Amino acid sequence: MTPYRLRRNSVLLSSTIAGLMMAAPVLSQQPASAQPAAAPAAAPAALPPGSPLIGRPEGNEAAAKLAPVAPPPLPAPADKLPVSKLKLPPGFNIEVYASGIANTRSLRVGTKGTVFVGTRFGNKVTAIVRKDGKVETYTVAQGLYRPNGLAFHNGTLYIAELSQISKIDNVESVLDNPPKPTVIYSDLPKDEAHGWKFIGVGPDNKLYVPVGQPGNNVLHDKDHGQIRRINLDGTGAEVVVLGMRNTVGFDWHPKTHELYFSDNGRDWMSEDVPQDELNRVTATGQDFGAPYCYQGNLPDPEFGWGHACSEFVPPVALTGPHSAGLGMRFYTGKMFPAKYQNAIFLARHGSWNRSKKFGGDVVVYFLNKDGTVKSSEVFLTGFLENNSYIGRPVDVEIMADGSMLLSDDWNGAIYRITYGKPKAAGK
Amino acid sequence: MCLACHGEKGQSSTPDVPSLGGQPAPYLLIQIYLFREGQRAVPLMNEMAKGLSDDDLRALSDSLAKLPAPAPSAEAPDPARIERARASITRHRCNTCHNLDLSGRDNIPRIAGQREDYLARTLREYKSNTRHGYDGVMAEVLGPVTDAEIADLAHYIARFR
Repeated sequence: MTPYRLRRNSVLLSSTIAGLMMAAPVLSQQPASAQPAAAPAAAPAALPPGSPLIGRPEGNEAAAKLAPVAPPPLPAPADKLPVSKLKLPPGFNIEVYASGIANTRSLRVGTKGTVFVGTRFGNKVTAIVRKDGKVETYTVAQGLYRPNGLAFHNGTLYIAELSQISKIDNVESVLDNPPKPTVIYSDLPKDEAHGWKFIGVGPDNKLYVPVGQPGNNVLHDKDHGQIRRINLDGTGAEVVVLGMRNTVGFDWHPKTHELYFSDNGRDWMSEDVPQDELNRVTATGQDFGAPYCYQGNLPDPEFGWGHACSEFVPPVALTGPHSAGLGMRFYTGKMFPAKYQNAIFLARHGSWNRSKKFGGDVVVYFLNKDGTVKSSEVFLTGFLENNSYIGRPVDVEIMADGSMLLSDDWNGAIYRITYGKPKAAGK
Repeated sequence: MCLACHGEKGQSSTPDVPSLGGQPAPYLLIQIYLFREGQRAVPLMNEMAKGLSDDDLRALSDSLAKLPAPAPSAEAPDPARIERARASITRHRCNTCHNLDLSGRDNIPRIAGQREDYLARTLREYKSNTRHGYDGVMAEVLGPVTDAEIADLAHYIARFR
């Protein structure tokens, strides 16, 4: 495909038009007074806040090739899934749990074992029930706008679209004929940029709802770049986290009940920095730095003036350059070896803002007793092949038997990871 | 079935109906998928796409992608509008995604030579987010683009060759 040469863009465009005017009689019918200016076309003005091009360096051929990667709209056929290429530590197994569901994203499991999956590019929330080896899928809601975020609590499914939260009570008993979701909260901005959501109900029985920074690297108003929490009926909204750029995954430590969240760093600063973050919230109202400071120690070249990174809370771990860590959960099951107990599994969707792609895997973070990160290991690889995605992991979720589900929005599939003698999924 | 409205040779002569020629297959696939799912609301197209299987969608988009690119509009250009549109394209960097020749790639459409009425309407619909793009990028890009610019851009891009 044609590489773009931004530095020469304006000049090239002028000469292209000049060429057109000579070649195409239609365009040469111009009065002499309307001769286009010989000077290069007007310098590019400020880009809109949500533009994916904000910060892209001019005139750099490698940079010009990079753009966010859109997944195929259709799910891959079951026999085309890359499951045989996915690598895990010894003793672990992986199988396809469900497939043929477009753009599978956030995962939740109901009390009866129903698996719910949201989507960012589709408009449905899907439920999957596996019984006696058979898979039944249900559409529990449709016609929604980017219903990426899901939470399940006391029988109720909460759904987060781009700018509203709704719920279905007793969802597992109404899969066959679900009612239209009831909207409980819609006081949310409508920006597309970083607007799609991950939600979760905390140990405090409140629903946590992020509002992303409305652009790659932009200043914003008091309603953006934050995590809010609301009562389960949608009342009592309050901001609990500031300086958050874009989180699509968070969970609470099983013992300390502190909130940990993944946070995607800005693009177009460089291939390698800033890295994405794993953050830990120890008090309400903490500020994690965006857009003034990234990765805890990197003042933003544009917005960092007049600020110091010491004003903000640094991450507890750096999760890789542009790796796009999304869904994460503390492992609380009984199936995996003991060393994984209360460790964080993070799905890294994989980079777009790097020439050599990074991520497309699942990593584990082991914590110290004091809640800081002790070490990390790559747990699952194989989604990146020859610098191209053959799948992209989005979210992880733990089932009642301690197995782990993993969604792959590139292929529209959900995998199940077990440890020990391979067992068929679902009884 | 498609060509009766959209034109046999990739060029539509029906007002408000887009030319389909010269489009990348992945872009066409996304659009007919959005029509089938009702995520892009055009009642006639939602009806046409209803019930198509995933394989139907793939086959359709692959075969439509073979249509030749439409010829640019032969109507007389307004030089002042052309001038303003060129400045707009530079200002908003349309051609960094749509290519320097506005021919598109992957999930980004060809816009060169598209019908002027369809271009203007599409830009307005993206700007107001009444047409929801697959990934929401165009809603953001069109934020600062004015209605006057949209008219000029449609005028120019329809005649672009």
